[in-house]
Amino acid sequence: MLQTVESREQPDVVSSFREQYLKAFRLMLLSRVLDEKMASLYRGGKIHGGVFLGRGQEALSVSVGLSLRKGDIFAPLIRDGAGRLAFGEPVLDAVRTYLGSALGPMRGRDGNVHHGRPREGLFPMISHLGAMISTVNGALLARRFLKQEGAVGATCIGDGGTSTGAFHEALNQAAVEKLPLVLVVANNHYAYSTPNSREFACRDLADKAIGYGVTAHKVDGTDLEKCLHTLNEVVAQARGGSGPQLVVAQLLRLCGHGEHDDAHYISAQLKQSRLGRDCLKVAEDHVLRRAWADAAAIQRFREEAALEIEQAVAQVQREAAPDPYKENWCALASRHLSERFETPNSGP
Amino acid sequence: MSLTYLEAIREAQAKALADDPRVFIYGQDVGAFGGAFKATKNLAKEFPGRVLDAPISEDAMVGAAIGAAIEGFRPIVEMQFADFSTPGLNQILNHAATLYWRTNVPCPITIRLPSGGTSGSGPFHSQSMEAIYAHYPGLIVMTPATVEDAYSMLLEAVAIDDPVIFCEHKYLYYHLKAAALPTEAMPVGKARIARTGRDLTIVAYSAMLHEALAAAEEMAGEGTEIEVVDLRTIKPMDTDTIMASVARTGRLLCVGEAWPWGGVAAEVLARVATEGFDLLDAPPQRLNAKDTPIPYHPNLWSVHRPTARSIVAAARNLLRM
Repeated sequence: MLQTVESREQPDVVSSFREQYLKAFRLMLLSRVLDEKMASLYRGGKIHGGVFLGRGQEALSVSVGLSLRKGDIFAPLIRDGAGRLAFGEPVLDAVRTYLGSALGPMRGRDGNVHHGRPREGLFPMISHLGAMISTVNGALLARRFLKQEGAVGATCIGDGGTSTGAFHEALNQAAVEKLPLVLVVANNHYAYSTPNSREFACRDLADKAIGYGVTAHKVDGTDLEKCLHTLNEVVAQARGGSGPQLVVAQLLRLCGHGEHDDAHYISAQLKQSRLGRDCLKVAEDHVLRRAWADAAAIQRFREEAALEIEQAVAQVQREAAPDPYKENWCALASRHLSERFETPNSGP
Repeated sequence: MSLTYLEAIREAQAKALADDPRVFIYGQDVGAFGGAFKATKNLAKEFPGRVLDAPISEDAMVGAAIGAAIEGFRPIVEMQFADFSTPGLNQILNHAATLYWRTNVPCPITIRLPSGGTSGSGPFHSQSMEAIYAHYPGLIVMTPATVEDAYSMLLEAVAIDDPVIFCEHKYLYYHLKAAALPTEAMPVGKARIARTGRDLTIVAYSAMLHEALAAAEEMAGEGTEIEVVDLRTIKPMDTDTIMASVARTGRLLCVGEAWPWGGVAAEVLARVATEGFDLLDAPPQRLNAKDTPIPYHPNLWSVHRPTARSIVAAARNLLRM
């Protein structure tokens, strides 16, 4: 059930593909600049907790986000900054969450990569890998109940996440219900420090698909053109009623698990292989080679991205942090059912 | 016409499905088969497409319920046994229970747990898990002890905008009967004085309510008046009603079928000791199951959990203090 996707070379298709490619390239750039800014704030002690970058995974991630449309559901994972921006998440949501602004979608209650707007189809991940897959399934079931066919749900996971029971349960569930789920596995070859050889024993993660009765697609995650073609086609297949689709991309994370990690464990051989290419550089070379933009234009893109991020950070740094004394400390939507556990005043 | 506790649960689900198009039921064997205990009998036929068989995937069942809830639905998840909710703990505790706090989007799901012991059910089909769920913020935990509460509280659970853990007791499924479905109910979070008395307060919930009532009846013959409080809802816990009862009696015994360590009875005692120490004429006591897995053989099981007999013994002991 393995499919590969070839690009079609008709003139109007090429022209619209060029537009999508340039859009993707600029979003990758924006995501990279945002990541670098967050890393620099982290090093400057301005961010509490961890910072987790998508460096090296932007081509795949942006392709997932761009292949979706309004009304679809997207549950991104840790390295999907580019995909989030492509799906339409404002830069401010990411910056506000990292900096803990009270105005952000998570209001300082959750941080770093845990942000989203569930009611707008962007689900905020929990840290437990695989949990978002069945959640997307449930949203797609709801759409089916409402007879809103045509919506697709996409979610991303890494090679390590495929070892969880949640991954297994959810992919099987999607197959049983024949849901329009696109499950994208970014095989960056290390789950934190654990190599593929200690994570799974199958020849290729794409081979798992047939066991679930779902279609598998393989793609070079360092090649934006291939990622875009694959995700466009795969999302169209899911939307068309072909059931769940598993995409397995090969790539490398060009950074640590988080900014606290020097990633010394990544093998030099892998880094020097094709997988070690920087997808952003590959995309930039492609743009130049096809003469879709010249070096000056790309420099302008870069400056515009930097300006947008600087402005967002400057704005958020002026925003109020959450005030623990104004926090209602109530985990329930049904406020009247919450309990108070403060020690009662002992009195005079 | 009379109605069992189990039939009340079935009727509540039928009403929820009939009244609200956002409700659906998801669980193993709940469809045409009608559920392992028949709590969804005929519902798949009466509500086509809204009572779905799930694969044996508790994690994915709850995950899907969360996704549907985000989209505005109000799913009811049936765990085949409370014991099997453990593979779904991650989605319940880390996802459903945190969603509103993190995102401001409510997560109105109801998770039904057929709970507690019945003779011969052994370590993996007998558990009472309310304390684990009550420990985590973001969940409501209900433990109905009567046919009327099983019906009205399940309807409330579906209507509440938060995840509700609905602990329905398997021993009560067939043993407990009522003449008719209730037309009114006490508010969620309010405990009930199931029997009035002045000598000692027994706080109980779920099936232990009936053991406590039997104990009170036996001791009434000896001239001891025991007040029995039915908690109804574990979380939120109605501390005021407990405290008011202890103020009347001066003595507290809390009975739970679950294990003792960090459990509901421990919580009740902690509240009374910290907030009502001066109301007590004797040290507050608790009676729980033994701190071992739940045994299979009826001889072992009969002394593993509290019964009317062991409650009477504990109450007598407390009255002597």
